[in-house]
Amino acid sequence: MNQSDVMILENVSKSFGEDWARETVVKDLSLTIKRDQLTAIVGPSGCGKSTIVNLLAGFELPDEGRITLEGKPLLGPSKDSLVVFQETALMPWLTTYQNVVFGPQLRGDMPKDELKSAAESIIDTVGLREFRDKYPLQLSGGMQRRAELARALINQPLVMIMDEPFRGLDAMTRQLMQEFYLRLCEQEARTNVFVTSELEEAIILADSIVVLSNKPASVREMLQIDLPRPRNLDMLNSTEAYEYKRHAMEILHEEAMKSFKGTDTNSDFLEAYSRRA
Amino acid sequence: MTQSSKKENGGILKKIFSDLTFKRGIASILIFLILWEIGFRFHEWFGIMVPFVGKIDAPTLVVARWREVVLQPGYWESWYLSFGRVFFGFLVAQVIGIPFGLAMAVNKNFRGLFFPPFEILRPIPPLAWVPASIIFWPTTELSIMFVTFLGAFYTVVINVLGGARSIDIQYLRAAQSMGATRWDLFRKIILPGTLPSIFIGAAVGMGITWEVVLAAEMISGGGQQSGGGLGFFIWSSYMGGVMDQVIVGMISIGLAGYISSSLIRYLGHISMPWRRMF
Repeated sequence: MNQSDVMILENVSKSFGEDWARETVVKDLSLTIKRDQLTAIVGPSGCGKSTIVNLLAGFELPDEGRITLEGKPLLGPSKDSLVVFQETALMPWLTTYQNVVFGPQLRGDMPKDELKSAAESIIDTVGLREFRDKYPLQLSGGMQRRAELARALINQPLVMIMDEPFRGLDAMTRQLMQEFYLRLCEQEARTNVFVTSELEEAIILADSIVVLSNKPASVREMLQIDLPRPRNLDMLNSTEAYEYKRHAMEILHEEAMKSFKGTDTNSDFLEAYSRRA
Repeated sequence: MTQSSKKENGGILKKIFSDLTFKRGIASILIFLILWEIGFRFHEWFGIMVPFVGKIDAPTLVVARWREVVLQPGYWESWYLSFGRVFFGFLVAQVIGIPFGLAMAVNKNFRGLFFPPFEILRPIPPLAWVPASIIFWPTTELSIMFVTFLGAFYTVVINVLGGARSIDIQYLRAAQSMGATRWDLFRKIILPGTLPSIFIGAAVGMGITWEVVLAAEMISGGGQQSGGGLGFFIWSSYMGGVMDQVIVGMISIGLAGYISSSLIRYLGHISMPWRRMF
């Protein structure tokens, strides 16, 4: 094992359903998550990204293959591979502060005053100081995502898994969140997995992008993104970024089209679609 | 924070009375009473009877009767008896129903064992239990309470079970990955997550207990004590042909039900602060 490998997936497969209607969602997926890097996972919608998230987080166990975290097999959910969920999973009955301290308080692995100051500084970092005692429903969509980030960060996970964390936000908030997240990642080194269906988001955030194949999901291609850091959203207009995008788009189209194959109507649609692309 | 508490101190009553919703409510009740009065007086004034409404004693008569009735201790004993039965039955339904529903929600074996008999018993109307319950329980009082308990019990259990099972799995997963044990999940996620359903069950259950207690009092003859409960009060007024007193009884029940459900809403309000910030 290489020192820079935090999480390794080897030939992981996962199927669902009874024997007579078994569907393979992930097949022969091999992947290495590098330390202190942001690995983005993109794929056509419905390709099994959520299943991969569940596998990385230990909510599901692979049928075949194995997943190791720092050399140890991953056997269930733990604070070392934490998920920041799509939409929000903040407990609606807890205030921002109570949500943030939820994990450490549960485990009791942090002295009280230390926890208090750690929580307050993280809440400051995500800019929610004034909303410390508000309930999630009183926060805007963007604030909820930041609160959720804070709740994950305080646990200092080995790998933080972001499952389409900015989905459902309006375009403006989404951009702000992307910029915020960029700064957060560049301030302090963390190992992140960022799952998204937005290619541009992946390019601007990631050190490397894993492009998935259509269902059953496996790694179609690995892209190294060598845009300089610190980054900003304007870099999306550079020729390099454009090249990455064009290349990844090609693969994604090819994969997305697989789910349309089969009927005549669909082949007409596909022709029109590929001409547009 | 300080601003809102200052506002609250500045005369809640004044705020309520100047509230438009409150004014509308008062106006609608007044209009209703006036129309009712006119309906009754129509026969005196114009010689024609308004169907249905004309037969019901007018609000002025009802109020006059009420002023007599409030002086009788039997009336207040009826209030006291019905309230006692409702609250006892209701409380026992909560105390047994909430843990029972939660247990069915979190434990597959428990659900497998107890859900089928529960579902067979549930469609039996509580009032169908009156004869059996009179035979089974040593006193009429206990049998009325038992029937009242049944009225709330099923609703409480169904709401708790449904509420606990519809908790978003993401909360459970988030807590699990932060290191929650099974007991933590139950205490910190399932319990607070079910609280809204518990209060819905309580509010609906409270309504049903009032329905049931009145019918049970009518059927059972109200027990041996004087007064006999509001249901018996209505029934005996009807038997005595005192129609305005029947209406006094009906309105009393309306008020009693309103007081009880306000109490539950208030409890829900203070125990679920996250649901009241708009």
